[in-house]
Amino acid sequence: MTVDHEPVSTADGGEPRFSTWTGKARGWALRRLPPDKLLPEGQPSYVSSWIYVFGMGAVAALVYIIGSGIVLALNGPTWFHVSSLGRFINSTHLWSVELFFMFMVIHLWGKFWMAAWRGGRVLTWITGMLAFVVSIVTAFTGYLLQTNFDSQWIAFQAKDALNAVGIGAWFNVADLGQILMWHITLLPLAVAVVVALHVVLVRMHGVVPPLEAAASDAQLSSATPNPATESEHRK
Amino acid sequence: MTKSPVSTSWRTRDDIASRPWGGTLREYDLFKELVVGVVVVGLLVLGLSAVFSSPDDPSVTLKSWAQAQPADFVATATAELGGTSGTAGYGPPYNSTPDASQKLGPIDLQSLSGVRLPIDTATDFVISPLQTLPTAPAAIDEWTKASDAQHAAWTTAYADALGKAPDNDPAKVPPGDYGPVPALTGALLAMAQQGTLDPVLSAKGSFYNTDYKASILFLGDGSYFPGLADAQHLTGDQWGMMNETGNYPGQSWLWLFSALYQVEPFKSSPNADVLVVFSMVILTLLLTLVPFIPGLRSLPRRIPVHRLIWRDYYKHR
Repeated sequence: MTVDHEPVSTADGGEPRFSTWTGKARGWALRRLPPDKLLPEGQPSYVSSWIYVFGMGAVAALVYIIGSGIVLALNGPTWFHVSSLGRFINSTHLWSVELFFMFMVIHLWGKFWMAAWRGGRVLTWITGMLAFVVSIVTAFTGYLLQTNFDSQWIAFQAKDALNAVGIGAWFNVADLGQILMWHITLLPLAVAVVVALHVVLVRMHGVVPPLEAAASDAQLSSATPNPATESEHRK
Repeated sequence: MTKSPVSTSWRTRDDIASRPWGGTLREYDLFKELVVGVVVVGLLVLGLSAVFSSPDDPSVTLKSWAQAQPADFVATATAELGGTSGTAGYGPPYNSTPDASQKLGPIDLQSLSGVRLPIDTATDFVISPLQTLPTAPAAIDEWTKASDAQHAAWTTAYADALGKAPDNDPAKVPPGDYGPVPALTGALLAMAQQGTLDPVLSAKGSFYNTDYKASILFLGDGSYFPGLADAQHLTGDQWGMMNETGNYPGQSWLWLFSALYQVEPFKSSPNADVLVVFSMVILTLLLTLVPFIPGLRSLPRRIPVHRLIWRDYYKHR
């Protein structure tokens, strides 16, 4: 098969120029997030603190939340009352949620004290906060789905706040069907999309440099080569 | 040499934070970190689940309530008939009780949504369930033919008599002008004790049901269900929204939401719920938009926690 529209290189920058919508979209994506940024083999030298593991920890916990949630959803919300395997899967769902929030909160406050929104990273901060808020609502609907005493009481108590702001009819905490729909479809989808967007933004903009970093710092004035670029050059 | 002030602005400018990092790098393996993270978190999840399991206190039923505390059940059923229960006077979305909705200054969002989940406590919680019995009590006729004023007189008299009776026991109430109320509440108690009220109250005679609001609201109007929650430290004044049954961690991330209910002006306000929700929305927006708020966004510079985070970098400057 022959291709009619080859990308045309610009005379000055040498970057490919595309003529189709698809090609332009690809060019835009490649400029914003080239493969070595998306899947890096090196990070700035200042990325060396335990605080950096909690973002990845939250993503790892989310993997277990989704996995255990799928098993629970396939067996129905009352399965864990009567099955020991169901009870164990329910436990993994609970504890991965607890870890998810713990990691996410540490990650959030770490990023706050780094003022990580600097240098055009404001959308990364906002999507992180959005992920936190949507996760809180998702977890709340999960507690309502336990079909036990706890969920009964949460439904009775939580209705007041929702009714007071006029959304109690559409978010009826005592309606198992409505809450199941929120918990296993719309809200997890929202969490997944916001978290994915957040991770892509982190990769696009890179990890924020230290406050007070100056051009005269040893780490900036005596730059060592990027291992990723180096390995490419060696080929 | 004078240092230029460190910017914590969100704007892209010609500074180190805005440019791609051109300094030293360290080796980093994204996939390896992901795999190690998944394995470590997996071990933590499996370990915590194996050791601590998860809570599962059985749900309360109308049957268990009627059997455990029949006097409380009858007193609550009387309040539902007389329209004096919490649900009867709740306002939207259940009914249109005047001045019952919570307001944020002049804004009444609760009323704005309208009565979208209508509940008439006398009809829905007492009369209609009794009408599903194979032999409906004759007292239903007497009730339905009487005026609202007569309903109120009968239920008030019976509620007062129950309050004065030893142990609030309906069997020990002295004779009085209670109309059909003792017969209706007695029949409902028998129905609940047999376990036939539970499916009828929520499903309303239909086969399918997913909406349990009628049962939950009826349970909540009594003192048995809230009493069980109180014993499990789950009520609002016990920071209940962030707690879980037993000694398990609950939704601890709701700590600030729960905390606001414990302090004035929220604690004693009739509009506590709408005020707390509004305050939480404002606080959440502040944190989300902190990069745009001068002063707040400078906190990381003024309180130098970053010195700890990047101590290696600063050490080798």
